[in-house]
Amino acid sequence: MQAFITSNKSSLNSGESSTKQTTKKDEKKNKKSIPWVEKYRPHTVDDIVEQNEIVATLKQCLAGADLPHFLFYGPPGSGKTSTIIAAARQLFGDMYKDRILELNASDDRGIQVIRDKVKTFSQVTVSSTRSDGKPCPPYKIIILDEADSMTSAAQAALRRTMEKETKSTRFCLICNYVSCIIQPLTSRCAKYRFKPLSKEMMLNRLKLICKEENVLYEEKSLDVLVDACGGDLRRAITCLQSCARLKGNKSLALEDILEVTGIIPDHYIIMMFEVCRERNFEKIENFVEKLLSEAYCAPQVLEQFLELIISSNDLTDIQKSHICEKIAVCSWRLQDGASEYVQLLDLCYCVINVL
Amino acid sequence: MSLWVDKYRPVSLSKVDYHKTQAEHLRNLVQQGDFPHLLFYGPCGAGKKTRIMMLLRELYGTGVEKLRMGHLNFQTSNNKKLEIMSVSSNYHIEINASDAGIYDKIVVMELIKNAAQTHQLDVNGQGEFKIILLNEVDKLTKDAQQALRRTMEKYIATCRLILCANSISQVIPAIRSRCLSIRVPSPTNEEIISILMNICKKEGLSLPTELARRIAEKCDGNLRRAILMCETCKINQYPFDKNQNIVEPDWQKFIYETASIILKEQSPQNLLNIRSRLYELLCHGIPTEIIFKHLLKHLLKNCNLSVKKEIIQVAAEFEHRLHRGSKIIFHLEAFVAKLMLIETNFITSYMCDILEFS
Repeated sequence: MQAFITSNKSSLNSGESSTKQTTKKDEKKNKKSIPWVEKYRPHTVDDIVEQNEIVATLKQCLAGADLPHFLFYGPPGSGKTSTIIAAARQLFGDMYKDRILELNASDDRGIQVIRDKVKTFSQVTVSSTRSDGKPCPPYKIIILDEADSMTSAAQAALRRTMEKETKSTRFCLICNYVSCIIQPLTSRCAKYRFKPLSKEMMLNRLKLICKEENVLYEEKSLDVLVDACGGDLRRAITCLQSCARLKGNKSLALEDILEVTGIIPDHYIIMMFEVCRERNFEKIENFVEKLLSEAYCAPQVLEQFLELIISSNDLTDIQKSHICEKIAVCSWRLQDGASEYVQLLDLCYCVINVL
Repeated sequence: MSLWVDKYRPVSLSKVDYHKTQAEHLRNLVQQGDFPHLLFYGPCGAGKKTRIMMLLRELYGTGVEKLRMGHLNFQTSNNKKLEIMSVSSNYHIEINASDAGIYDKIVVMELIKNAAQTHQLDVNGQGEFKIILLNEVDKLTKDAQQALRRTMEKYIATCRLILCANSISQVIPAIRSRCLSIRVPSPTNEEIISILMNICKKEGLSLPTELARRIAEKCDGNLRRAILMCETCKINQYPFDKNQNIVEPDWQKFIYETASIILKEQSPQNLLNIRSRLYELLCHGIPTEIIFKHLLKHLLKNCNLSVKKEIIQVAAEFEHRLHRGSKIIFHLEAFVAKLMLIETNFITSYMCDILEFS
């Protein structure tokens, strides 16, 4: 799970670095190659949806109240980084590039970096007026993205810095699991939990992007995409972009979404269950071979099969628990590199046994 | 005079024989001149490599087909020297990093660093980025895959990776989420038949549909093998006879024989016999997964229904141990011994039943 979450984050970072580097080279191309996740980030605090408490707080800060240290936590793709960047943009206007320091897990972030980079940056004081004469808050923001992957030594090194430099610097820690942040840091920050986005919100956003980018789509395909991504807007948008690229000018169909997200069409999973029910050994063997020759990935099969088992109405609880246990065992063995063919067969035979 | 497999390999995305919509998608992707990292996955002989080469050709023209072999040298931290074969053209470089065994991490890091840190000299002629083609990504160690993850992000401006794997369950999610994954399923039997018929027609031969169907059934969805089989058939006997013998790989026959021996007699003596046969297979470099899979397949086909469940259960357990443990032969042998036990138990209980009944 952890790997998945961080991977998602850093894939975004990769997108960022690529756009940065291409700007230097070729501005024309750049327009095309901006990942949509970057292009459609909310620009102002008002654009942020769903996270009401934090939006209310930030609005007060924009109106002139003091900004505390923040700690944002929540599942990936719920808008943590976007929120703080949008706020910084509004607070500092054009100068926002000089006023924030963004560090994430892909930058080297040991204790040495905290001591040198963060400390020196935080010690610089800044004026309370913008270059155009308008007032702006006299502090800078340091954004520590993916703070849960910082070593605890590095976190400990932050403690004193955070307190000492409050005058000139505010910190914003962003993480997926608040439990990975040491206690002294959490007590110094205002904590906000980010909820996963609701289905309607994601759907609206995706539709908006489709309209802006002239992507044609079928209603149902977006529904599936939203379901598949489960509240992670970034993943949904990345998938949408990949799909649109593959399809060129044609309308996005359901199959394309399934293809890109790697989801197996439902009828295969239902068929798997039906075949087990028939208790025909030969059919099972043929079915498993077919599934693998279609190159579907076995862990995904297990995941979707689990969902089917849990939601099924005609199994008793005991039967369900037996099957779930077997799924767990198979999944563990697959992680160790066991053969997909053998493990799927084992699962199917177990289902027969239980039924 | 090249083999049919190479001779009739489609060279352009518009000429593929199956997965036509996918080919069109790939063309759309390339037409924009830029694409994300790609990950092709699918079973053997489904046409992953063919599609990758077509993609490159679409992107760079015929220049990618001028290949040259090279040797790359690497040095590990404890001064061990490694040599890896590479195939490259002006536009791309292809290596099989898993050849380096446990040192694959160094290969991945060095190669990508070297290739990616230099920009292309001639942007108009060579395109903006280089392409690195990595084969058998699923065989890379987890370490190497982790290393890949970081390098993939860092050098995205100067190089694109095309990864090629048999199954993505062994590829870490971090890499999967950074790539656009493209699934290449095996062709169906009908597709294989029509391709074989086409090839024979172009060669000026007449292939009976019956024979084509039999070849398609024997090849396990592996198109490459189907075409090779077909060519072998032609060498053995032409004109074709619809009942003619199709040559199967030797190792496959050997494994099937082994399975039959297991079922025939269960004794320590026989176990010793099996051991030498397993060693023979391993010596000839047959991958363990293949030995195991075919052994199991044949056993399941020929054993009694009531022991099937037990055999599968045992197989799943031993197959897993095979990957955790270090010495393959132990686990294979243990599996065989266990099979014999199951079979004997079954026979004795069966006999008892008969006796009671009478």
